[in-house]
Amino acid sequence: MFEKALRGDRRYWAWIILLLAVMGIGSIFYILQLVQGLTVTGMSRDVSWGFYIAQFTYMVGVAASAVMLVLPFYLHNAKQFSRMVILGEFMAIAAVIVCLGFIVVDLGQPQRLFNVVLYPTPNSILFWDMIVLNGYLLLNIIIGWSNLSAENKRLPHPQWVKPLVYLSIVWAVSIHTVTAFLYQGLPGRHYWLTAILAARFLSSAFCSGPAILLILALIVKKVAKYDPGEKAVQTLATIITYAMLINVFFFLLEVFTAFYSNIPGHTHTLAYLFTGLHGAGSLVGWMWVMAVCAILCLVLLVPPKFRKKPELLVPGLILLIAATWIDKGLGLVVGGFIPNPFESITEYAPTIPEIMISVMIYATGLLVLTVLWKVAIGVKKETGSA
Amino acid sequence: MYDSGKILTGLVIFLFLITFPFWYNLGQASYEPPDLVLPEDSQQCIEPTQWMRTNHMELLNTWRDMSVREGLTTFVSTSGESMEISLQKTCMDCHTDKVNFCDECHNKAAVSPYCWDCHIAPEEVANGQ
Amino acid sequence: MDNNRRTFLKIAGFSVALGLGGGIPLSLQAYTPADVEYVPTNAQITGKRWGMVIDTRKFTKPEDFQRVIEACHQTHNVPDIQGNEEIKWIWTDHFEQVFPSSSNPYLAERYEQQDFLLLCNHCNTPPCVRVCPTKATFQRPDGIVMMDFHRCIGCRYCMAGCPYGSRSFNFSDPKPYVQNLNPDFPARMRGVVEKCTFCAARLEQGQMPACVEASNGGLIFGDLSDPDSEIREVLRENFTIRRKVELGTNPCVFYIV
Repeated sequence: MFEKALRGDRRYWAWIILLLAVMGIGSIFYILQLVQGLTVTGMSRDVSWGFYIAQFTYMVGVAASAVMLVLPFYLHNAKQFSRMVILGEFMAIAAVIVCLGFIVVDLGQPQRLFNVVLYPTPNSILFWDMIVLNGYLLLNIIIGWSNLSAENKRLPHPQWVKPLVYLSIVWAVSIHTVTAFLYQGLPGRHYWLTAILAARFLSSAFCSGPAILLILALIVKKVAKYDPGEKAVQTLATIITYAMLINVFFFLLEVFTAFYSNIPGHTHTLAYLFTGLHGAGSLVGWMWVMAVCAILCLVLLVPPKFRKKPELLVPGLILLIAATWIDKGLGLVVGGFIPNPFESITEYAPTIPEIMISVMIYATGLLVLTVLWKVAIGVKKETGSA
Repeated sequence: MYDSGKILTGLVIFLFLITFPFWYNLGQASYEPPDLVLPEDSQQCIEPTQWMRTNHMELLNTWRDMSVREGLTTFVSTSGESMEISLQKTCMDCHTDKVNFCDECHNKAAVSPYCWDCHIAPEEVANGQ
Repeated sequence: MDNNRRTFLKIAGFSVALGLGGGIPLSLQAYTPADVEYVPTNAQITGKRWGMVIDTRKFTKPEDFQRVIEACHQTHNVPDIQGNEEIKWIWTDHFEQVFPSSSNPYLAERYEQQDFLLLCNHCNTPPCVRVCPTKATFQRPDGIVMMDFHRCIGCRYCMAGCPYGSRSFNFSDPKPYVQNLNPDFPARMRGVVEKCTFCAARLEQGQMPACVEASNGGLIFGDLSDPDSEIREVLRENFTIRRKVELGTNPCVFYIV
């Protein structure tokens, strides 16, 4: 089946070469980081996690979102998803690879990475994160590839894959819960120390991941002439809308608890993010853009008539992705470290090398996604299957 | 078979590359240990020289774990001698010349241990760091 | 063709298993000299639960703090890096920053003007140890929260976990920033996290922690589990507070204010 990724038109190969070029440029910056150390990033003693870990967090959500297709399709026979499920499973693979990539580039001693396996530490959530992420990667590879392989031979899906599918549904929820646990069990970081963090992560994942999937699927509809089906698009858009409503609701719950109780640990970070604190406020602009995007996207997505119009659906999805990305990819990690344990503020902004290395990781993910989707679409078109 | 020309060519190139280390140095002089500057005041290391040559890496690893992780900081050698477990204070107390002792063999064998990324060689202190 | 491929794969798998199975015992018997011992040093100072009392009344002049900080940083080759990538094992800050929940806008003058020492609290239930994925930071039986710089992968989870901001990360190679290299103690390399170790290495050689020695009695270090120790006597006779007690970390650094 892989040979389907080796045949493509000019635009396909131009895209692949562009991605490889971006990865190449990024790798030069990564070598710089390996030689000089993480001083090339904008992180500091106070803000010791930054852009890399924030992107990791966002992409774990995107990876988990495959369950929004898998669950209805396999458990509830939602046949409208038949041409989309494989895209979701393969996107999960690309997303997990991006996650692992961001973890590796964030490490101070990446060559010692195997220590996490050599010295297993069950009390550390990072240990469990390693296990669930790699397990999820393996699950999606096995499930996606076997099912697609069966379709390629015009056979029904093999029976032994079914229990793995059910496992992957539970596992998808677990990967983002474990990632949330990384944050929500730390006693000194009050922005994260809340039980609802895992719920917020999941709700944000279940709207942002499928939104990204839908945008990519609509792009692929134009570029590869592969139509996942109007019913699939509409059902997924509905799921995305409900998930975003819950996501915004959960965020507003946080705001209430913080400001009604007036407890400094809760209010200080939100104040820093939305109004600035003690003269520091580099993220204020971003956070209000996020708020506006979130409201606008709900305006565009909630009324069913609007969702049915692609010229409103697509901007709605893009606004949603922007809002959720700012929330998790900018506000979340930095907010946990500001203010610092001494109630003072050290601000953070990613540097050019940091951004270029991140772009390299994203390009790697897009490369994996392109190749896998090329194979999937090739099989689906050839077998003319539903 | 299909594409037999390409496959056989590829196979030959592959075999050439993978056996490269074995035939490249044929006919050259065998490996000779480099000239080392030995410590002046001691004749014998904490263990026999030949044993140290093959095992000093593992010994240092064990020293590291025993000293840092287990808190056992005295080593009693096979000859019954006790000493403090420390690369800088014990080993380099005698082997004061890192460049002409440690590095000579390491460079020739093309290994680069990362000990001195952290640990301090006597020359660094002498160079007025 | 299919049957031949199956046979080929079977033979290949079998050979790999044989190679691995044969290689492992062979390599294991190469090392291990049988009759060596690893023992604790005779001079070692032992304790069951180390703790420290900082008598803030004895730290009034800048030299009092400098002496202590320099002793620590000199002994351990802690680099002097300016800016937000600094590395500090023991340092000073104002009352509001050290004890945010005990502060108030009308603080007594003495506390307004004076600085306070901060260091790793060597907590009894340390969150940093709980989160480290490789046990590079671990709790010793004597209570010291220790660092194994060889194992640290630089993930900085411990830094996120520490509620006291006691840990520093080597963003770049520290050696150029160390003023005088101490040949009796290693430095660190870029990419690992470091912090105060309650001078575990010095304790093993029978010496008190460097800061305690330099403090002229301002720092009292001892075994909290020994009711007859000096530190227990000091704790009995003086009112002491600890930092952020409400977080459940059980810190073992006490402040006489």
